[in-house]
Amino acid sequence: MNLIELFLSFLQIGLFSIGGGYVAIPLIRYQTVILHGWLTESQFLDLATIAEMTPGPIAINGATFVGLQVAGIPGVICATLGCIFPSLILVSLLAWVYRKYRTLPLLQSILSSLRPAVVALIASAGLNMLLQVIFGSRAIHLSSVNWIGVALFIPAIFALRRFKWNPIFVMIACGLLSLLLGILGLA
Amino acid sequence: MKQGKTQTLFTLFLSMFYISAFTFGGGFVIVTFMKRKFVDELHWLDEQEMLDMTALAQSAPGAIAVNASILVGWKVAGMPGMLCAVLGTILPPMLILSLVSVFYRLFAENRYIALVLKGMQSGVAAIILDVSISMGNSVLQKKNTVHLFIMAAAFAATFFFRINVIVIILCAALIGIFMALLDKSGPVPPLLRLKKDPNDREDRHESD
Repeated sequence: MNLIELFLSFLQIGLFSIGGGYVAIPLIRYQTVILHGWLTESQFLDLATIAEMTPGPIAINGATFVGLQVAGIPGVICATLGCIFPSLILVSLLAWVYRKYRTLPLLQSILSSLRPAVVALIASAGLNMLLQVIFGSRAIHLSSVNWIGVALFIPAIFALRRFKWNPIFVMIACGLLSLLLGILGLA
Repeated sequence: MKQGKTQTLFTLFLSMFYISAFTFGGGFVIVTFMKRKFVDELHWLDEQEMLDMTALAQSAPGAIAVNASILVGWKVAGMPGMLCAVLGTILPPMLILSLVSVFYRLFAENRYIALVLKGMQSGVAAIILDVSISMGNSVLQKKNTVHLFIMAAAFAATFFFRINVIVIILCAALIGIFMALLDKSGPVPPLLRLKKDPNDREDRHESD
């Protein structure tokens, strides 16, 4: 019974979280804390923290965390399937429409207007992340500059643009350098 | 041929698994990694297709990472490709989160893990900005006034005014519809006429 409820709950989360993680968080809280009582408020905060620190979409992380608590491994599978089910159907449909009608002038015009907007959205996400790294928030105060973060960012962007390094390698190198500087007592 | 197809599916699964296991942060992070892998390295997609897929992934319900992997999977190898890409995307978070939630206290209070994660944020910011500079340059080079306006306005709307991403996508789409209506370049209203695409034979069959 719990498995079906898990599937249906996460189906709703998958269906209504349009636009990514920040929409998914309140939906997950509503379904798991308020509606079903699967998690307490403090467990939900734990979930939000873990999801922030680990890779992967928050909805998939939430499905795994809650599924494991409620019904073990079968719970993880049911919740995750529920979560991706709406995407599998709707986005497959979009993939078909895109393949078939991509050359239609109307759709071409729409897509070519969307592309610069998407570039801007990605750039804005990157700048926000850089501000987060340098100042710890979007508020810009010179007193709170994280110099280690700046010292890692500059060689990283240089390695990527000038030498075309593998991005995952760059990311891991930044993590290890930060660890090293921390152990040496500089951070 | 069969060997080649299995190879493609395996590469698709492994690429998504690898990308998904290492991408911290929101959906745009994974999209930038996918661009580096599938556009720059494997040449399975061109940059425009990747941007189209990002817009579609963002507009549909569900996680952007999962949506983008569905689109890339279908494009590269049809239904089996889609399933391999999705599996590669969701397995790492499932495995990692299961492990971490068992050792949560240890994980959350560990100073060294916090240091590594903080350092990785610098790297992620550099990666996203690197990809945005490349893609922004290719928009700039085309010198299309409308597209430049859309890029500047979308940036201001999201970065300074924190307007909902869905609203921004809808406005850009409306501008696209408006431009298509203004375009009178063809001898007949061109809106609903399919252009010939040598890569897509099915389309021609159906329009015959």
